[in-house]
Amino acid sequence: MYPVKYHKPDTIDDAVAALAAGNEALVLAGGQTLLATMKQHLASPGDLVDIRGIKGMVGIRTESDTLIIGAATTHAEVAGSDVVRKHCPGLAALANGIGDRAVRNMGTIGGSLANNDPAACYPAAMLALGATIVTNTRQISADDYFQGMFTTALDEGEIITAVHVEKPAKAAYAKFAQAASLFALVGVFVADGPHGVRVTVTGAGEDGVFRHEGLEAALSSSWSAEALDGVEVSEEGLNSDMHGSADYRAHLIKVMAKRAVAAA
Amino acid sequence: MTNVKMKVNGKAVAREVPDETLLSEFLRENLRLTGTHIGCDTSQCGACVVHVNGKVVKACTTLAVSLEGAEITTIEGLANGDLHPMQVAFNDNHGLQCGFCTPGMIMAGVDMVTRYKAEGRELTPEAIRQELEGNICRCTGYHNIVKSIQDAATRM
Repeated sequence: MYPVKYHKPDTIDDAVAALAAGNEALVLAGGQTLLATMKQHLASPGDLVDIRGIKGMVGIRTESDTLIIGAATTHAEVAGSDVVRKHCPGLAALANGIGDRAVRNMGTIGGSLANNDPAACYPAAMLALGATIVTNTRQISADDYFQGMFTTALDEGEIITAVHVEKPAKAAYAKFAQAASLFALVGVFVADGPHGVRVTVTGAGEDGVFRHEGLEAALSSSWSAEALDGVEVSEEGLNSDMHGSADYRAHLIKVMAKRAVAAA
Repeated sequence: MTNVKMKVNGKAVAREVPDETLLSEFLRENLRLTGTHIGCDTSQCGACVVHVNGKVVKACTTLAVSLEGAEITTIEGLANGDLHPMQVAFNDNHGLQCGFCTPGMIMAGVDMVTRYKAEGRELTPEAIRQELEGNICRCTGYHNIVKSIQDAATRM
C-alpha cells in the first residue's frame, strides 16, 4: 500500500475539513472494499478520513414508522438488530448475506452506498424501499442517488451520515451469489411499501442497480410468485461475463424475484 | 507515523508505525506474532482472522492505526497453559493438513461457537459450513474442520 495519512475526527465538521485539506482524501467507513483496492494500488488517497469516531454515525433507531441507520453501522449490526428485524426483516436478512462474518463485522452500510458497486446488495434494498440517503448537507431520495456503476449523487467531500427507511408492508431479497466473491451474480429485492410495489435488480445490469417495470407491474396487480410467470425479462442491458451470460442473468432475475416474493 | 497503542492477548503494546500498516503487518512484523497468517492478502481466505474487541475481523483488511485502544486476541493468545478446547478438537479430529489456514479457522471456530451459544442457537454442521464462508482451506476438503468445530462446541 502507498503511504497514507490517517485522520479520525470527532465531528462531521472536522471530517469535512480534513477531506478538503487532504491530498485526494477519501472517507474510510469500514474499509472492506477501499483497503483492498488500496493494496492493489487501484486507489491511492494521500489521506484517509475515518468517520467511525463521529458521534451519531453508528446506531439503529426508529422515529414513528421510519428506520434510521447510522452510516457507519456495520452489516453485522444491521443483521443482528431486533429493531431492523421488526421493521423490515428482509433488510436484516440481506445484511446477513453480505460477504462473510469477518467482513460483516467491519463493512458499513454508508460505505457500501457511497461505493455503489454494481453487484452490491444494499443499493437494491434502498431503491426498492424508496429510502432516503442523508448526508452532511442534504437528503437524497434513492431514486436520485444511484447514477450508474460506482457513481452516485454525492458531491466531492459530501459524507453520508444515515439512511432513512419507511416501514414496508412486505419486503424481501433473494440473491444468487457469485461463489467466490459472494457478491450478487443476480440479486432481486421486492417491496410493497409507502412508495408502492417495487422490484429492483443488482448484479445483473451493465449500469448497476435498476428497477424492473414489467415485474413491478405484474406484482402490483397480484402479489404472488405465479403472477411473475408471464413476465418477459429481456437480456438487453445485462452483463455478460465469465460468471454468467446475459440470458442466464435474465433467467435468474425472474427466479430470484419469485423467491423473494415467496420469502416476503 | 503514529504511535499505535492496543492490548494484544491481554498485554498492553505500543509501536510507532506508518499509518498504512495493516493489522496483519502490525501483528507479524512489529509484534513478531507470526501465528496470524497472510494467505491471499485480498480479504478472501481468512488465514489472518483475529478477534478485535471480541469480533472476528480480517487483519489484512484493517489499519492498525484505526484500532487505537482495541483489545486483540490472536491464535497465540488462545491457549491458557493448556490448549484451548478448539485447538484440542482440531488435533483430535485431524482438522488440518498443512496447517496454514488453521489459525484463522480456529479463531473463526471459537467465535461461532461462542456466538451461537450466547444466542441459544444450535450450531449445526450446515451452519458451520455457512459460517466458514470466509475461511478457505485447500487441503482438507473441510469435512474434518466441520467435525472439529462441532466437537469443540461440546467442550467449550
